[in-house]
Amino acid sequence: MAAHLKKRVYEEFTKVVQQQHEDPSAKKLRLTKPSKSAALHVDLCKATSPADALQYLLQFARKPVEVESVEGVVRILLEHYYKENDASVRLKIASLLGLLSKTAGFSPDCIMDDAINTLQNEKSHQVLAQLLDTLLVIGTKLTENPSVRTRLVEVACKHLTDSSHGVRNKCLQLIGCLGPVEKGVAKEGENQAAKDVQKIIGDHFNDQDPRVRTAAIKAMLQLHERGLKLQQAIYSQACKLLADDYEQVRSAAVQLIWVLSQLYPESIVPIPSSNEEIRLVDDAFGKICHMVSDGSWVVRVQAAKLLGSMQQVSSHFLEQTLDKKLMSDLRRKRTAHERAKELYSSGEFSSGRKWGDDAPKEEIDTGAVNLIESGACGAFVHGLEDEMYEVRIAAVEALCMLAQSSPSFAEKCLDFLVDMFNDEIEEVRLQSIHTMRKISNNITLREDQLDTVLAVLEDSSRDIREALHELLCCTNVSTKEGIHLALVELLKNLTKYPTDRESIWKCLKFLGSRHPTLVLPLVPELLSTHPFFDTPEPDMDDPAYIAVLVLIFNAAQSCPTMPALFSDHTFRHYAYLRDSLSHLVPPLRLPGRKLLSSPVSPSITPHEDPSQQFLHQSLERVYNLQHLDPQGIQELLEFTIRDLQRLGELQSELAGMADFTATYLQCQLLLIKALQEKLWNVAAPLYLKQNALASAAAKQILEETYKMEFMYSGVESRQVVIIHHMRLQAKALQLIVTARTTRGVEPLFGMCEKFLQEVDSFQRCFISELPHMQGSFVDKLLDLMPRLVTSKPSEVVKILQTTLRQSTFLHLPLPEQLHRATATIIEPTGESDNPLRFTSGLVVALDVDATLEHVQDPQGTVKVQVLYPDGQAQIIHPKPADFRNPGPGRHRLITQVYLSHTAWTEPCQIEVRLLLAYNSNRSKASAKIPKSGWSESLEALPQPENGIEGTIPFSKPVKVYIMPKPARR
Amino acid sequence: GAGQDVGRSCILVSIAGKNVMLDCGMHMGYNDDRRFPDFSYITQNGRLTDFLDCVIISHFHLDHCGALPYFSEMVGYDGPIYMTHPTKAICPILLEDYRKITVDKKGETNFFTSQMIKDCMKKVVAVHLHQTVQVDEELEIKAYYAGHVLGAAMFQIKVGCESVVYTGDYNMTPDRHLGAAWIDKCRPDLLISESTYATTIRDSKRCRERDFLKKVHETVERGGKVLIPVFALGRAQELCILLETFWERMNLKAPIYFSTGLTEKANHYYKLFITWTNQKIRKTFVQRNMFEFKHIKAFDRAFADNPGPMVVFATPGMLHAGQSLQIFRKWAGNEKNMVIMPGYCVQGTVGHKILSGQRKLEMEGRQILEVKMQVEYMSFSAHADAKGIMQLIRQAEPRNVLLVHGEAKKMEFLKQKIEQEFRVSCYMPANGETTTVFTNPCIPVDISLGLLKRETAIGPLPDAKKPKLMHGTLLMKDNSFRLVSPEQALKELGLAEHQLRFTCRVHIQDPRKEHETVLRVYNHLKGQVVLKDYSVQHLPDGSITVESILIQATAHSEDQGTKVLLVSWTYQDEELGSYLTALLKKGLPAGTS
Repeated sequence: MAAHLKKRVYEEFTKVVQQQHEDPSAKKLRLTKPSKSAALHVDLCKATSPADALQYLLQFARKPVEVESVEGVVRILLEHYYKENDASVRLKIASLLGLLSKTAGFSPDCIMDDAINTLQNEKSHQVLAQLLDTLLVIGTKLTENPSVRTRLVEVACKHLTDSSHGVRNKCLQLIGCLGPVEKGVAKEGENQAAKDVQKIIGDHFNDQDPRVRTAAIKAMLQLHERGLKLQQAIYSQACKLLADDYEQVRSAAVQLIWVLSQLYPESIVPIPSSNEEIRLVDDAFGKICHMVSDGSWVVRVQAAKLLGSMQQVSSHFLEQTLDKKLMSDLRRKRTAHERAKELYSSGEFSSGRKWGDDAPKEEIDTGAVNLIESGACGAFVHGLEDEMYEVRIAAVEALCMLAQSSPSFAEKCLDFLVDMFNDEIEEVRLQSIHTMRKISNNITLREDQLDTVLAVLEDSSRDIREALHELLCCTNVSTKEGIHLALVELLKNLTKYPTDRESIWKCLKFLGSRHPTLVLPLVPELLSTHPFFDTPEPDMDDPAYIAVLVLIFNAAQSCPTMPALFSDHTFRHYAYLRDSLSHLVPPLRLPGRKLLSSPVSPSITPHEDPSQQFLHQSLERVYNLQHLDPQGIQELLEFTIRDLQRLGELQSELAGMADFTATYLQCQLLLIKALQEKLWNVAAPLYLKQNALASAAAKQILEETYKMEFMYSGVESRQVVIIHHMRLQAKALQLIVTARTTRGVEPLFGMCEKFLQEVDSFQRCFISELPHMQGSFVDKLLDLMPRLVTSKPSEVVKILQTTLRQSTFLHLPLPEQLHRATATIIEPTGESDNPLRFTSGLVVALDVDATLEHVQDPQGTVKVQVLYPDGQAQIIHPKPADFRNPGPGRHRLITQVYLSHTAWTEPCQIEVRLLLAYNSNRSKASAKIPKSGWSESLEALPQPENGIEGTIPFSKPVKVYIMPKPARR
Repeated sequence: GAGQDVGRSCILVSIAGKNVMLDCGMHMGYNDDRRFPDFSYITQNGRLTDFLDCVIISHFHLDHCGALPYFSEMVGYDGPIYMTHPTKAICPILLEDYRKITVDKKGETNFFTSQMIKDCMKKVVAVHLHQTVQVDEELEIKAYYAGHVLGAAMFQIKVGCESVVYTGDYNMTPDRHLGAAWIDKCRPDLLISESTYATTIRDSKRCRERDFLKKVHETVERGGKVLIPVFALGRAQELCILLETFWERMNLKAPIYFSTGLTEKANHYYKLFITWTNQKIRKTFVQRNMFEFKHIKAFDRAFADNPGPMVVFATPGMLHAGQSLQIFRKWAGNEKNMVIMPGYCVQGTVGHKILSGQRKLEMEGRQILEVKMQVEYMSFSAHADAKGIMQLIRQAEPRNVLLVHGEAKKMEFLKQKIEQEFRVSCYMPANGETTTVFTNPCIPVDISLGLLKRETAIGPLPDAKKPKLMHGTLLMKDNSFRLVSPEQALKELGLAEHQLRFTCRVHIQDPRKEHETVLRVYNHLKGQVVLKDYSVQHLPDGSITVESILIQATAHSEDQGTKVLLVSWTYQDEELGSYLTALLKKGLPAGTS
C-alpha cells in the first residue's frame, strides 16, 4: 500500500521524479574523477587566457573535494596563484581556498602560512579582501589555537591602514571574530597583537567610510558575543554614531548602545547641557527611544525591538514612552484616552459627543512646552503609529515584554494595545491580541476598553476571533455589566459565525470561573427565571443557551449560593451537560440534589491525582503479575486496556499517557495471544487459520509500534527502545510464521539474514539501554547470537520461537509528558448535500482547515490524503506556509487541496483525511548529517528521502460530495 | 502668498542667481482680485518667462495650484512647470471644476477657459519621486514624498551647493491610504515649511478612527442613516478606505454610497498611482486594489428615500449647498440618523450652525427645519502637527527654517521653539516681504591629480573628515578654478620664477668667538625635539643649515660681545623659518658650549 501511494505521489509531482534522477548522476560524476588535484593541475596549465582559467576554476568549484585531497589541491592552487597576473583569477583562487578550508574534517593549519604569505605581495584590494576572508575561515576553524589567533589578528592589524574599505572591513571582521577575549592572553603575548583590541576597533568608529564604521561596530558586538567585556568608554563614542548619516551605522550603533546598557545599567552618565546625571540604562533607553522616530525604517524596527528587552529602566522613563502631551492652539488638551477614563469614573459613560467636547482647557505656558524631548517621550506612541507594519509589530512586541515585567506599565499601555486591535494589517491586530493575552495577569479591563475589545469579535478573520476568545479566557473584568456585555457580544458572534461554537464555550467557561461574584447577580436575568411564574423551558440544543449555562455552571463552582437560583429544568440540563460536555461543565455540589447528580458523578469525579495513581496502579498490577497462568494474564491485560482507554476518554490530561500504555499492552496482548495458540507447535501449513491470526497479529503489532513511536510527542529514548524491542519481537513472530507457512529453505535464508541484521542494528543503536533489559527477548537473543549466525534457518526459527516464549514482559517506563498527536478537520464539514461540481479534467480547489495537536515538525510530516471512490488515493504535501502555530503544541493547517477526476455519472463522496508520515531512519538518536559547505549546487539537492516507510492516518476521515461533469463540447 | 496666511500659496525663491516660483495657488476666502497672487510683484513689464527659471507645484489642492492657468495663460509664462505625475493627472480635473463653479454658476467673466487649462497643462513637466531633474545646467530639483494627498511632494531645489527644500503641505503620520512624509539628511541651507498646526500636538489617529467607526457602526446597526459631507478629494478617499476595510472586516451588509461627480474620475487615478500610497495598499493591490471599492457604490438621488440603514458620502463638505444639503434636509427629522462632519466648517454655513448646537434651522423660503438627527464632529486632517514639523526639521537638518502657510501668532510660537531647540535661525515673512538668508557657499575647485597625490603622500594618511593643508596655486582662468602646483602655474602663465627670501637678524649676547657661537647654536638646534626630523648641518664655511634655512653668525660691528645671527629662508619654508627665529630670539641656554 505504501509503495503504491509513493508511486502515486511521484506520478502527481513530476518535480520529485526529476530530482530522483539527478541524484545518482551527481554521484557518478564524483566517482569518475578520482584525482581532483591532478585534473585541476592539467586544466590550469592548459588555460591560455585568464578567462579560460576562470572557467576551469568555476567548473572545479561545482564539485566537492574529498578530505584527503584538499591539501594537494590547495598547493596547486597556490602555485597558480603566484604565477597568475590577472586579478580576477587570483580572486577566484582566494575564494576557493576559503571554500576548501571549510571542508569538514580538514584541518587548515598546514596551509595557514601559505595563505598569510600570499598577502604580502598582493596589490589588488579585492583579492586582499578575499584573502583575508579566507584567513577568517581558517581562523574560525582553528579557534582553539591561541597562537594562530594572535598571528591572524596581527596580520589584520597590519592591513587596517589599507585605503580600500573592503580590506579594512575584512580586517575588522577578522579582529572581531578572533581577537583575544580573555584578559590573560592579552598580557602574556609580548607582540603587538596584544594591543587592546577594543581600542583598535574603537579607532575605526570614525572611519571615513560608513561600511567600515559598520564593520567596526559589528566587530565590537562580535567581541561582546564572544564574551569580552566591553569598556564603558565606548558608550559616548557609540552615542555619537547614533547621529550618523548612514542607516546601517545607526542600526548597528543602536545595538551597541543596547549591549552597553545591559553591561553597565547602573553607572552614572552626565546629561549634556545641564549638570545633572542619570543612570546609563535610562540614558540609553532615552536614546534608543529617540531612534524610534528615525528616518530609516530599518533603524526604527531595530530600536523598537531592543526597547522591549531593557527591563532595568526606571519606571519614570518607562511611563514617558506612552506620554504625548496634546495641545491645541497652545492650550493643553486631554487625550481621548484620558477623556474616556474620566467619563468612566464620573459614571456617565457613552454620552453622545458634542462639538467642542474635546475643546482644549487650560492655557499652556509656552516656555514649558518642549516639542522634541530628548527623553523617552512618546516613543511608543510614535512606534505604534508608524507607517511600516514591521515597526508596529516590533513596538507591540516591545510593549508586551516591558509590560510583563512591570504591572504599572501594563496598566498604562492597555489603552494603546486596545487601539492596535483596529490596525489595518491583520498580523498587527493578531500580534496585539496575543500580547494582551500575555500580560492579562497584570491588568483589569475597564468597561470602555472591553467594549472596544469586544467589537473585534465581529472580525471576519477566524484567527483574530480565536485569538480574542483566548484573550477573554484570561482577562479580568471589573464589573457585572462588563460580563454581561461580553456574554452578549459572544452570543452575537455565535450567531454570526456558528463555527466558533467550541471556542466560545471554552471562553465562557473561563470567564465564568474567574468571575463568580460578578456572574451571580446576573443569573436570574440570564436564565430568565421569574419569581412567580414558570418560564418556558429553553431548547437544550441551542448553542447560545448552552453557552449561557456553561458560564453559569462554571461560576457556580466557586459560588455555593448560586444553585439556589436555578429552576428545575436547569438542574436537569446540568446533568445532561455534565455528561455530554464534561470538559466544559465542572462538577457542582448541589445541595439536596444528590439524587440527580449521583448516578453520573461518582465514576467521573476522580480528581487528577487519584486518576494518575489509578493509572500507575493498574500498570503495576500488570507488571507484577507476570507469572499468572496465560489465561489470567490475558484477562488482566484486557481489563487494564479497557480501563486505560476509558481513563483516557475521561481525563484529557492523561489521555496521551493512557493511550500510549494501552497501545503497548495491546501489543503485548496480541503477542501473547499469538504465542499462546494451542496448535502452534503442531506441524505447519495445515493450520492456515491459526497462521492467519498470528501473522495478522504480527502485522498489527508492527503498525502499533510505528504509531507509538511517531504519533506521540514527548517520547524519550527509554520508550523508543522498548518500542523497537516490541517491533523486533513482532518481526521474529513474522519470521516464525513465514517459516511455518512456506516450503523450501531458499526464501528463508534472506529473511533470517535480514532479521539478524536488524538485531545487530538494534544492538548498535541502543547499546546504552541494554543493561535495563535483562531477561528480555533481545537480551536472550544476543546471548545466543554467535550460535544464531552460524546455524541454519530452521534452527534459527526454532531458537527464536523458544526465546520469544520465554522472554519476559518489559516494563514500560512512563515519561513526564506524553501527548498523542491528533488532528481534527474543521473544514470541509462533510455535512453538505450539495455536490461540488466541476468540469472533469479540470481542477477544483477544496479548502481544508484542520487543527493539529502535539505534532512535531508538522511541515515535514503532515500530509493530506484524498481517497476517491474508485480506490485511487492521492497524497498531497501542504506548503510549509500553510501551517500556523497559534499556541504551544498546537498547529493549524489551512490549505487548499486540488482535486481532479474524469467524469462521473453521478455525484459521489470522496474521503479526505490527514496522514502523519514517518521515516524509520529518522531515529530520535541519530544526529543531523553535517552538510558540506563545499558547493552551493550540492546543497540545493534535497537529502534523499530513502526511508519513508509509511503513513499513519491520524484524523477522522471527512466525506466530501463531488461531481466532476463531463466537459461540454 | 502664504506668508503668515493660509491660502494662495506662492513663494518666490532666488537662489544663486536663479529664480524659482513655488506653488501658484488661489485664496478660498476672496472673490475679487485678491483671490490670485499679485504677479506684477515679479515684474512690471516684460514677460514672466524671462524672470522665472521654473515653477514648482507641490500638490493638487487649489490653494496650491488654483492660479496656474491664470498665471501661465493670462499673465503669460512659457517656462517649465514641474509637478508629480498624480498631481498632473488630477490637477486639471479640479481646475476645471473650479472654473465651472466660478464661471457657470456665479457667472463671472474674464476667467480662464477650459482651453487655457489644457494649454497650461501642456507646459507641465512631470517628475518622479527622488528623480533629480536638471532644469538647466545649474538648477536641479528633486521630489520627496510628502503624504498629505495623493501625489503631494516636497521639493529640493539645488544650485551648486546651495539648496532650498520646500515642503508644500505634508503629513508626518501615515494614514489609511498614504504614507508619512520622508526626507533624507540633505542639510539644505533653507527649509520652507508649512505650519498649519504650529501650536497643536494631535492625539493618536487610532482613537479618532475608532470613534468614527464605532459611531457609524452603531447607527447602522440601529437602522439609521449616516450622512458624511466631504470635499471631493483627499480626505474623502481616506474615509472611504476606512469604511470599506471596516465593512470587509466586520462583514457588514448595509450599503455605502458616494455621491458622484468629479470623484469617479479622480478615483480612477487613485487606482493607477498605487506606488504613491501606503504600505498596506501597495502590498495588497496584486490581490485587490483597495480603491476598487466592493461596498461603496455610486449614489443616485432616489436612494435617499430608500428604507433601511445606509451610509452616504456627499459633497460639498460644509453642507452649504448641493447634494449634501439636500440629503441632510431629508434625513434631519429622524433621531436615528446621524451626520458626521469630518472637517472644519466656515462660519455661516449650515455645517457650522449645527456643529455649534443649533437645533432649528431657517432654510430658504422661511421654512424651519428641525434637526433631530445626531450631529458629530470628527477631525481628520492631513497636516503635520508641531511635533511632526520638528521631526521633519530633525530629519533634514537645515541651516535655516522659514515658516509659511499658517497664522502669524502660531508661527511665532513655533519659530521660538525651533530657534531654541535646533539653534538655527527661523524666519516667518509676511506676504510681499523678502527675507534674505546668508549662506556659506562652497566653491568647487579642480585639482590636478599629480598635485593631489604628491601632497597626500606627505604626512599622515588622509582623513576625509578633517581638512588638510595643501600647498598649491589657485588659478582663476576662464571662469573656472583650478589648483595646480606652483611650477605648472608659472608655466601656464608664462611667468619667470622669483625667489623670495626672508632674512632676519637676531642679536645674541655672547662674548665668545664667532665659530664658537655657531657651534653653540648648532648644538642647541640639534638638541631641539621639534627639529628631530629635519636635517641640521654645520657647514665648513661656518654657517648652519636647517633644511634650506641658512644661519650665519657675525660679530656686531660695534659691540663684540653681541653676535648677530643672520637667519635666511625662502618663503616656502616660512613656517620653519619663523619658528627658528622665535627660538633663537629666546636666546641660547647658558650651559651649552
